Amino acid sequence: MHKLLETVLIGISTGSIYALMSIALVLVWRSTRVVNFAQAGQAMLSTYIGFEIASRTELFWLGLAAAIAAGALLGAGVDFFFMRVLFKHAVSGAAAVVAPVIATLGLLGIIRSIVGLIWGGEFKSIKAPASTDGFTIGETTIPFSALNLLVIGTVFSILIVLALVFQRTNLGLSLRASAYAPEIAQLAGIKTARIRTIGWAIAGGVGGVAGMLVTSNNFLSPYSLDLLLVFGFIAAVIGGLESMVGSVVGALILGIALTFILNYVGTSLVFIGGFLVLIVVLLVKPDGIMAKGRARRA
Amino acid sequence: MSLNVSNLTVHHGAICAVNQVSLAVPTGKLAAIIGANGAGKTTLLRALSGLNHPTHGSIMWKGEKIVGLKPETLVRRGISHVSEGKSVIPELTVRENLELGAIWRRNAKESKESINDVVSIFPRLGERLQQRADTLSGGERQMLAIGRAIMSKPQLLLLDEPSLGLAPLVIEQIFQTIRDLTTSMNLTVLLVEQNAMGALKIADLGIVLNLGKVVAMNHAQVLIDDPAVRAAYLGY
Repeated sequence: MHKLLETVLIGISTGSIYALMSIALVLVWRSTRVVNFAQAGQAMLSTYIGFEIASRTELFWLGLAAAIAAGALLGAGVDFFFMRVLFKHAVSGAAAVVAPVIATLGLLGIIRSIVGLIWGGEFKSIKAPASTDGFTIGETTIPFSALNLLVIGTVFSILIVLALVFQRTNLGLSLRASAYAPEIAQLAGIKTARIRTIGWAIAGGVGGVAGMLVTSNNFLSPYSLDLLLVFGFIAAVIGGLESMVGSVVGALILGIALTFILNYVGTSLVFIGGFLVLIVVLLVKPDGIMAKGRARRA
Repeated sequence: MSLNVSNLTVHHGAICAVNQVSLAVPTGKLAAIIGANGAGKTTLLRALSGLNHPTHGSIMWKGEKIVGLKPETLVRRGISHVSEGKSVIPELTVRENLELGAIWRRNAKESKESINDVVSIFPRLGERLQQRADTLSGGERQMLAIGRAIMSKPQLLLLDEPSLGLAPLVIEQIFQTIRDLTTSMNLTVLLVEQNAMGALKIADLGIVLNLGKVVAMNHAQVLIDDPAVRAAYLGY
């Protein structure tokens, strides 16, 4: 019984971090139609900056704020300096579809090299912002800790803020309208290019949080967020790639499923487990779990 | 003349979709642009709202040159474009679609007032404000698209085939509303239509396009009475 409870709780904690990465990917995908592989690098660089601030000031939350700011700036910069230029020169044809994706892969490599130059390749860690000792229920101690609780709380606070921004503000309406129907948004007077850059900034900031949280009890290296990108992407696909709510649900399903595999099957199968979940969802509901049987219009 | 187009030419790649078009519409008048498929009607409208870039010619609006300006700039100068095929965003609610039209004005109070105005014009939208736009009927979607344009407080309204795919009774209603709005809000309207007879009946001015060129331009009633136009576009 304890093991089941622990599995679900840890699953939610893990899944909630996937949710952030997955939202970052969905935001970029639906505004720009690009799967942003560089998101792993952007988040990683933001996390390095956050780590630097957190370890110098011994204030985790200041580091988190720095990671958000750095992530947002990086995201906006990637859109402004790379995507805009790319889309201006590759207007149609296969090149226009492939070039931006390849560019994000290249960017991932560039960010890795920069981080390697500045911080070196060795593993870094900081003091976790909360206790990593498991809670005790009656006689038993489960591996679910105050830090896990803090992660869940932080992620859900961010999700609530995002939901309010997207549903209740003009900025949110502009972001949604520009993503769903750029031409109509433009005709309504929305400066869609600027709005897209803001979308990239939000994605970047959210990615920065994901990086900080996933490494708060772990090591940071130039490659340590790659797995997060993969799982975030799987979660986004489970959610249909278009829906932020879908991607959060997808991430929680994935987090819990992977923790079940970890606790009941074995560590070595976790990675493959992620792809199994993906394949099952794609076979049963190819448009994602949020699809209502109606394909989205082109 | 509030809208003055001269020698406007627009290319789609190598194809010349609009060829040396000149036309003028006075303030407060409704001009119907009719013509067969591929005559360049939609391309002309898209050039006027900044969605297409003309290769040649000039567009003057209220005494200023507007060629090369972006749609988001032109909205701020009073030009609203309802593009072809019920231009609403299905994923958003009716209210959000309307709010979109006023979003650039950054004034929540004015936006609410404008929603009330639109609801008094189209009461059926008022009953459906919280519904997603994809739950609306075709006629309601067209009302919503026009409502969104009205939210921008336009002076020049560009309408691209509002009758497309609608039932005859609904078409009649929409046309009547367009006529009423033109008069009551002193709008200048360019109405692009396949339904030539319906459009000319409510229009002050008729413009016939063929293969990208203006082949006739006159008072709407004169065109309705013109045997050549009747034979080619009105079907009798």
